[in-house]
Amino acid sequence: MSSTEDSRRDEGTPPPSLQVSSLAYAYPDGHQALFGVDLTVPRGERVALLGPNGAGKTTLVLHLNGILTAGAGSVTVAGLPVAPRNLAEIRRRVGIVFQDPDDQLFMPTVREDVAFGPATAGLRGAELESRVHDALAQVGMEGHAGRPPHHLSFGQRRRVAVATVLAMKPEILVLDEPSSNLDPASRRELADILKGLDVTVLMVTHDLPYALQLCRRSVVLSDGVIVADGGTQQLLCDEGLMAEHRLELPFGFDPGSVTVPGR
Amino acid sequence: MGGTGHAHKLYLHAHSPVHALPPHCKLAAVFCFVLLVVSTPRGAVWAFGLYALLLAAVAGAARVPYGHLLKRLLIEVPFVAFAVLMPFVAQGPYTEVWGLSLSTSGLWAAWNILAKGTLGVAASVILASTTELRELLLGLQRLRLPPMLVQIASFMIRYGDVITDEMRRMRVARLSRGFRARGVRQWGVLAKSAGALFIRSYERGERVHLAMVSRGYTGTMPAIDEVSATRAQWARAAVLPFAALAVCLMGWAL
Amino acid sequence: MHVPDGFINAPVSVAAGVAAAGAVALSLRGARRELGGGPATDAAGTTAERTAPLAGLVAAFIFAVQMLNFPVAAGTSGHLLGGALAAILVGPYTGVLCVAVVLLMQGVLFADGGLTALGVNILVMGVVTVLVAYGIFRGLLRVLPSGRRTVTGASFAAALISVPMAAIAFTGLYAIGGTADVALGKVFAAMAGVHVLIGLGEAAITAATVGAVIAVRPDLVYGARDLASRKLELRTSAVAVPGGGTAQKPRSAAGAGAEAGAGETGGPQPVAVAPIAPRRANRKVWLGGLTAALLCAGVVSFYASASPDGLEKVAADNGIDEKAQDHAAKDSPLADYGIAEIADTRLSGGLAGVIGVGATLAVGSGVFVVVRRRRAEGEENAASANSATPAGTSASSASGSDGGAV
Repeated sequence: MSSTEDSRRDEGTPPPSLQVSSLAYAYPDGHQALFGVDLTVPRGERVALLGPNGAGKTTLVLHLNGILTAGAGSVTVAGLPVAPRNLAEIRRRVGIVFQDPDDQLFMPTVREDVAFGPATAGLRGAELESRVHDALAQVGMEGHAGRPPHHLSFGQRRRVAVATVLAMKPEILVLDEPSSNLDPASRRELADILKGLDVTVLMVTHDLPYALQLCRRSVVLSDGVIVADGGTQQLLCDEGLMAEHRLELPFGFDPGSVTVPGR
Repeated sequence: MGGTGHAHKLYLHAHSPVHALPPHCKLAAVFCFVLLVVSTPRGAVWAFGLYALLLAAVAGAARVPYGHLLKRLLIEVPFVAFAVLMPFVAQGPYTEVWGLSLSTSGLWAAWNILAKGTLGVAASVILASTTELRELLLGLQRLRLPPMLVQIASFMIRYGDVITDEMRRMRVARLSRGFRARGVRQWGVLAKSAGALFIRSYERGERVHLAMVSRGYTGTMPAIDEVSATRAQWARAAVLPFAALAVCLMGWAL
Repeated sequence: MHVPDGFINAPVSVAAGVAAAGAVALSLRGARRELGGGPATDAAGTTAERTAPLAGLVAAFIFAVQMLNFPVAAGTSGHLLGGALAAILVGPYTGVLCVAVVLLMQGVLFADGGLTALGVNILVMGVVTVLVAYGIFRGLLRVLPSGRRTVTGASFAAALISVPMAAIAFTGLYAIGGTADVALGKVFAAMAGVHVLIGLGEAAITAATVGAVIAVRPDLVYGARDLASRKLELRTSAVAVPGGGTAQKPRSAAGAGAEAGAGETGGPQPVAVAPIAPRRANRKVWLGGLTAALLCAGVVSFYASASPDGLEKVAADNGIDEKAQDHAAKDSPLADYGIAEIADTRLSGGLAGVIGVGATLAVGSGVFVVVRRRRAEGEENAASANSATPAGTSASSASGSDGGAV
């Protein structure tokens, strides 16, 4: 573990948290999912990755921490290429929060689950404990450390899932459909938590208002390529683009009329 | 419902000297105790009485209500039925009991199964009543059960409820569509549910694996919690098996 | 069927424990191979790491599916033991591993199955069941023309035979380390006879479940992976029945396979064809026979489903064989049975007993069928008021009877 991420470097420009260039991938069965994806996410930015079902979003996400290996092109995380020799460090730097928190929370108790990542990286004892406590505090779940994940509400589980990843002090947080299945209160709580984090975020979502609320910038992935990249508000207001890629706003929602809160 | 989560069905929350013992000490003690009980000659009827007294004392110390203990003993009922059959079907000399011709060896066999089985279940119930799930897993790990086996067991425990829930949801879905399972003809539908449940479970396993790998898993679980026992704790846990050893030896000697 | 403490003597229990530990150790290695692969492998060789989560989830599945009640009739229901199913779906090594873990946790958490008998239980219910089932399954696949029907049929035969084989293995252990000197032939007869009946239910459910999996994800049926791609093609050409077609398929397929299985083993298996052949043409002819056969197995699970609580339920399956004996004992004059057996304790006498037990149960249950079928017509619309069964025994799975424990 290098210490560069732990203490932020202010001098010079840091390498972007995520840089994906000309990434292409075909599954072993021949089905090609990505056709040359280019995406750069500077440090500290929150970006929404939008796209219809089957656009390749999940495939892209699995490339970010080396679970899938690029057929062509490259992925670098804070300057470190995703390659077999770097996998351990890459997986520490890229924290993926999967869609179903039950998949993510596989340990018998919340505390052990949050400790899993840092413990795998070799942390032990007091340092591990404080890491766990801090991560749980960041999502407001420090009171539930000893409970089994199954006894938490869905919203709580999602927050703990975020904590499991935060405990690894990631360079970039990748969230897969963070707002799915959440009730409005949990949704807002999660948004507040995400806004308060000092970390780069890539948010894969269908929830366009949520994207607008949290991310200034959005990119649209469709048919395995990035087809649009710009301000979330502008994107959502571009009706032609939206229709072309099967992105639909909820009834009565006018993205143009919303004042996007500053960060 | 399945014993999942922190506590499980048999677990009774309390603070007692037995609850406080490290799980691996308890597991080892119960196992040795049961092994000794099984090794005791069945002719030494008094020995089983002593064993029962020992267990009653432990249950008392553990604040396990006797009702709880007795209720769980019902699990044994099938074997009681088996035991009751023994005197009728076994061979050897016969004796008259209440006008029935019963095999002597069968009577002994029935006694043997009932006494040993009951003591075994009672000991296990006390263990399960005083040890949390998580602790049991840690105890098994500490007793050198292969780590992979412990991992599998803890995944089973963690996802037992999740899968049972999925099963329940499928059941509600079936009922909501007017399905009523009345007999064999509905097996196709139920088997489809079971098949779907398997597919979901397996796919969840794959997703869990992804989530683990994403957090740096390489095949071994990091040791986050470990249990340890002091000499004094071992000594306390050893009281039961050593007392049983004495009884067992006497049973053989007398 | 979970053996309690004291059933098998200490030395044999310990020896069985050692053997079971060896089998589990071997399975740990083999499971790694079986569960390896998958799309998520990467250059760093993450293949070997899949064992724990996948085997754990499969074990949880087996645990859960043991709570799924399959109603037989008259408010009775049975459930899956799962050894054969695990072997076919995830392979023999993983199968042994999963069953062993389930047994271990049942023993430690629920006092279900003696701690000293854990080795015996794992050997009998894990190793023997899984190996027999998988052996028969693969053997049949090799001999028979490949196709989805063959897979379900082979599953049926595998599950059917694996259950009495486990009973026979238990009898073997009992012969060495049993604590009662009952004539071996008699134990054998009782165990094998009753377990053929249980095997029927197990086989029908296993085959239907495998059929359901193979219809959706043929690649997930480990025992038939090599057929997976070909089978997809077969599906599009031969099985172009929309909607309910899939429900029918496994059943009729299982019937075909059962015949094949019956040809191999002979004995009481013609009955075996019955439970899964129903919806086709000569439905009425079969329905009577199959219900009779299944009801026998049902009598057994009668008790098992006496409590709708899943935990109790899982626990109760152990009782199956002994309780069924109990039932047999009530129905037929016990003394006759015993005396006849004592007169002739040879194996042949035992085999006669197999048929005897089977017949006793079948005749006894035949009455239920008639009563039940009459009632069933009238009860179609009634609420689940059928909890009072003709036997007067409260099989209280009435409330909905299909579902898991709540």
